[in-house]
Amino acid sequence: MLTTLMRTTAAVSALILTVSIADAKPIRWARSADALTLDPHAQNEGPTHTMLHQIYEPLMQRTIDGKLLPTLALSWKLTADPTVWEFKLRPNVKFHNGEAFTADDVVFSLTRALQPTSDMKGTISFVDSISKVDDMTVNIKTKGPNPLVPDTLTNTYMMSKAWAEANNTTTVQDYKEKKDNYAVRNANGTGAYKLVSREQDVKTVLARNDGYWAKGTIPLGIEEVTYLTIKSDATRVAALLSGEVDIVQDVPVQDIDRLGKTPGYRVNIGAENRTIFFGMDVGSPELKSSDIKGRNPFADLKVRQAINMSIDRVAINRAVMRGQSVSAAIVAPPFVNGYAKAMDELPKVDLVAAKKLLTEAGYPNGFSVTLNCPNDRYINDEAICQAAVSMLAKIDIKVNLSAGPKGPHFNLIQKNPPETEFYMLGWGVPTYDSHYVFSYLYQTRSGKDGTWNAMRYSNPDADTLITSLTTDTDLAKRNATIAKIWQILHPATLYIPLHHQTLAFAMKDTWDIPTSPENRIDMKLYTATK
Amino acid sequence: MTQTAPTPLAPSAAPMGRLRRILESDLLYSFTRQKLVMLAAFITAVMILGSILSPWIAPHNPYDLRSLNLLDSNNPPSWIKGGDPKFWLGTDDQGRDIFSTILYGTRASIAISACAVLLALSLGVSLGLVAGYVGGKTDTLIMRIADVQLTFPAILTALMVDGVAKVVLKGSAVGENHFWILVVAIGLSYWVQYARTVRGVTLVEKNKEYVQAARLIGLSKTAIMFKHVLPNVLSPVMVIATINLALAIITEATLSFLGVGLPSTEPSLGTMIQVGNKYLFSGSWWMVAFPGVTLAILVLAVNLLGDWLRDALNPRLR
Repeated sequence: MLTTLMRTTAAVSALILTVSIADAKPIRWARSADALTLDPHAQNEGPTHTMLHQIYEPLMQRTIDGKLLPTLALSWKLTADPTVWEFKLRPNVKFHNGEAFTADDVVFSLTRALQPTSDMKGTISFVDSISKVDDMTVNIKTKGPNPLVPDTLTNTYMMSKAWAEANNTTTVQDYKEKKDNYAVRNANGTGAYKLVSREQDVKTVLARNDGYWAKGTIPLGIEEVTYLTIKSDATRVAALLSGEVDIVQDVPVQDIDRLGKTPGYRVNIGAENRTIFFGMDVGSPELKSSDIKGRNPFADLKVRQAINMSIDRVAINRAVMRGQSVSAAIVAPPFVNGYAKAMDELPKVDLVAAKKLLTEAGYPNGFSVTLNCPNDRYINDEAICQAAVSMLAKIDIKVNLSAGPKGPHFNLIQKNPPETEFYMLGWGVPTYDSHYVFSYLYQTRSGKDGTWNAMRYSNPDADTLITSLTTDTDLAKRNATIAKIWQILHPATLYIPLHHQTLAFAMKDTWDIPTSPENRIDMKLYTATK
Repeated sequence: MTQTAPTPLAPSAAPMGRLRRILESDLLYSFTRQKLVMLAAFITAVMILGSILSPWIAPHNPYDLRSLNLLDSNNPPSWIKGGDPKFWLGTDDQGRDIFSTILYGTRASIAISACAVLLALSLGVSLGLVAGYVGGKTDTLIMRIADVQLTFPAILTALMVDGVAKVVLKGSAVGENHFWILVVAIGLSYWVQYARTVRGVTLVEKNKEYVQAARLIGLSKTAIMFKHVLPNVLSPVMVIATINLALAIITEATLSFLGVGLPSTEPSLGTMIQVGNKYLFSGSWWMVAFPGVTLAILVLAVNLLGDWLRDALNPRLR
């Protein structure tokens, strides 16, 4: 009896000792919206990537300052054949379930990411074939010479072939048709965190992967990550102030000032590699949501110019964003190769001229249209839409605002044909290159291209030039082509850019996590400061 | 309830006479005796009048998007430093005058709730009459549906009806019909109480002599139900309707607060509170405080009226 008691005491004190030795702290992390899915290739979307990057890993990653960091690939080089890239894989990497990571998994994952239902297919549409050379080497053959292959692979995650086959999840989830598969709610990656539990749109718990390959070289100071979705701005900030969460990633701009002044809290601010804009249906013969029948007002350049002229970006920056944005006139943030300052010159707000253009276009009394807007994705998204609605009302364009959560909103855009005629979207550019903007947002929607082009815009000349970018190895010539494409697209006023987003992360001052241009937190890199 | 059965020959004279008798005696008497009730009636009247007259008395038209200037947004009330005398109670995040928006928002809230109560009342009273008078399987069917619905909270039913309506009416039709979607959603979630009350009273009334007399002279069921039984079940219905009006106002505000009610371009009180709630932490308290107080006062006043009506019409409390 006594021995048992002593043993128990010893066990308990040992337990207490272990707990107190562990320096690692858990972190509770709140955002306005959840990852749409955990299927690594089903959605090319910010918060989804942010979550997936904790669990899965790509061949190479981008650091906060935009450089490429070898991750699951140790090194890569162009072979003697200019269309074949060779990737040497990192040895001794294990998936969360203990399986070893090999070339077979890379071939499987990249092939999976090219499936029609994959949303990552557009990023790697240049791939011709993927082949295994040996267990630790993979070759990617491109359709033509492509200098930017490594830059495009930073969000394409590697999953286990055996695990996917065992769980019947070799096909990518068809997100826009609301399909489901095992990988949507379960995960088996090589990343620093393992999935413990997940309740969509409520709470996701991740635990540190103690077998992580980079252990010892990075801090890995957070042992458990609890990701909470708190949609309401005020509730999210209240959760931070009451100590319920440690960090809030989507800080409402109106609260930055106050949080920064509150003792015990820290706000980190930085530019995001993302532009917010409105898209219009310029290709349909008629707008379903409009009172004008038989013709499509948005198809007329003068109407688009009038809209462009009547949106007061400076007022949005001042009143809605409280200065936390950089007003924009081009759908590419300054980080991106091909960004031209001259094209980012804001159009002058001129309601008289705008009204005149509308009259010339044949709409003296304006027209009506429905604007679809997300209400939990971008900073103050719905408030921006409302401001735009009243600005457009001044030139007699009657806009019905329909705001909703990002999941259904993105569905409207991605559906084929799209189910929106006027919509808000924000576009981040993980490749830091204009091609990513062109191929997703401007190229004619077909196959792997134009999946986010809900404008029904199609310009064969531009398409040819855009496609040529994927096979151009001469960087100077390639940049000239990029400039040429912008010269075609920019004067056409296809999108109405609003601003490049600025980010703010607010946290307890026991943490110091910087913002990143991709609006991402890589939890494995941080440790509590006190 | 009533002691004197109306003669079948003059069916409408009796209820009119009864109504006048009530107004002339007990009801008015108890009204003038209670200061709080008079105050509540006064406040309700002022609010309803103010909301009806809002296009004429509001300094701005918050629904006219052309008149909004984003640079007027976030102004505090005029008596606070930084306030603009043009905007007495300050402005919201889009530059809308809070005072004008409250007037228009109250109008929207009251109009939706009143229509919803009318819908619930006509639906509930008709179904209750039929269930009580016809009886048998019809009664069982209607009352079991009512029982099932009673197990759901009203707000849940309203949310469900709202969601279904928005899926059925796609796109722009939703934008134009927000008002009626809300009316139907709220109306359908409150009919049960009327049906149950009316059925109960009908069961008592239908065996009385005046109904049997009406049946004897060969009047149709519909005529008996609506011309003879209905006038005798109206006073409890009036009480429920008044109390329900307050509930409907709260339900509308809740739906709008949850973001499924009126859009923020045509705010009701609930929408205003939802928008203002976002700015509470940044110190812009006026966006949520004024509409919130308005809503509270309105609901309290209507509730007080309903309570008084219930007590005054209940013979056992007299």
